[in-house]
Amino acid sequence: MAQQTVLIGKHLEAGAKVVDFHGWDMPLHYGSQIEEHHAVRTDAGMFDVSHMTIVDLTGSRTREFLRYLVANDVAKLTTPGKALYTGMLNEAGGVIDDLIVYFMTENFFRLVVNSATREKDLAWINAQAKAFDVTVTERPEFAMIAVQGPNAKAKVATLLSDEQKAAVAGMKPFFGVQAGNLFIATTGYTGEDGYEISLPNGAAADFWQQLLDAGVKPAGLGARDTLRLEAGMNLYGQDMDETVSPLAANMGWTIAWEPSDRNFIGRSALEAQRAAGTFKLVGLVMEQKGVLRHGQKVLVAGGEGEITSGTFSPTLGYSIAMARVPATVGDTAEVDIRGKLVPVQVVKPSFVRMGKKVI
Amino acid sequence: MSTIPQELKYASSHEWVRSEGNGVYTVGITEHAQDLLGDMVFVELPDVGDTVAQGDDVAVAESVKAASDIYAPISGEIVAVNDALNDSPETVNSAPFADGWMFQIKASDEAELAGLLDAAGYAASIAE
Repeated sequence: MAQQTVLIGKHLEAGAKVVDFHGWDMPLHYGSQIEEHHAVRTDAGMFDVSHMTIVDLTGSRTREFLRYLVANDVAKLTTPGKALYTGMLNEAGGVIDDLIVYFMTENFFRLVVNSATREKDLAWINAQAKAFDVTVTERPEFAMIAVQGPNAKAKVATLLSDEQKAAVAGMKPFFGVQAGNLFIATTGYTGEDGYEISLPNGAAADFWQQLLDAGVKPAGLGARDTLRLEAGMNLYGQDMDETVSPLAANMGWTIAWEPSDRNFIGRSALEAQRAAGTFKLVGLVMEQKGVLRHGQKVLVAGGEGEITSGTFSPTLGYSIAMARVPATVGDTAEVDIRGKLVPVQVVKPSFVRMGKKVI
Repeated sequence: MSTIPQELKYASSHEWVRSEGNGVYTVGITEHAQDLLGDMVFVELPDVGDTVAQGDDVAVAESVKAASDIYAPISGEIVAVNDALNDSPETVNSAPFADGWMFQIKASDEAELAGLLDAAGYAASIAE
């Protein structure tokens, strides 16, 4: 029996095609995933992301613990509310999960981790936390709604009280603030402006309905995938996992090498990988007919790699992909599509941001 | 529940076949098939003049989700293709039994039609 979020009734009411997503009944689309994609790029769309796991860490040594637990350095978080994207690695330097850390107060940090990795994440965090006397508390009583798009913030504002509006006024990207019963964060998985809003389960359906009434279009997992891929954002389990180094997953920028005396889990393995060299994650663009897909073989100068995520880009009108390939890769490559070698362009893995082509 | 027009014949691989007279048959994919595939982004059609045998993969319907082969439900010669799908592949989603048709075959052996499913048979095959 799959788990359901508190918004399942709203999805069914809107005619969602519901699929099993790692044990959760989630909306794939509400009719057309391409229309939902365009709604997010040009106006405002919303996603039920209540399946994601919120984990609160408390205790006086929480910051010290996180500086050991994750590869990015929470010492960078100096302003309350500031968030940080990071990988949580194992000793071998593989990615257990990617997550966002929010600095709430000096003895309270909040993590948002993937749903598909919930159990192993909690087990890992709990095991590591013991030595630091940090209390790990999952928060399943919160639902989460991502409202994304150029008009997302304005539409959300119509639902907020004056106090809440004041709380989010001028908030920079990658911040979160508790405002009334809403935890409002300027984060997302689409490459657009917007919020990810956590709120009590009991308030979620009404809030969703108010967003609908404000003209925010519901969008499903299908659009979420094409949007994040256009934005060049990784999907855990597809673009990286425990067997993949963050250096081979375009996550090098999330590794804080300095200060060099900070010991974090996976550090020595990563240093060896950096010295030896790794594959790299690149973007592929194919302007001719056809769609690049996960698992297709990619031939590049000096060897071969594989597409980790591929799709048709609704914004660009042709296919894009992320592929892990030897670092010797040049500006072009060939992809084996159903037995035919098709030439593609190699680019940085970021294709569309803020509604605009960036390749 | 998806629509399954009574007057058409069906292949279990989700193509529909409509007689246009003179041994010419129009072929498309069913509403059920387009629903499974999701938003269509490209349709690769055969060339007019191609000779095809029943069961040959002759076209590819590529959706956001997957690439799917379209099989010739009967043998014969391709006499027309729906070029409009090059610019608007989404017609396969919005009108699978009408403007979303894919190609026409001049049958070489009309006896093959008897081996296809009728609407009830196709309905039963997708209910399984």
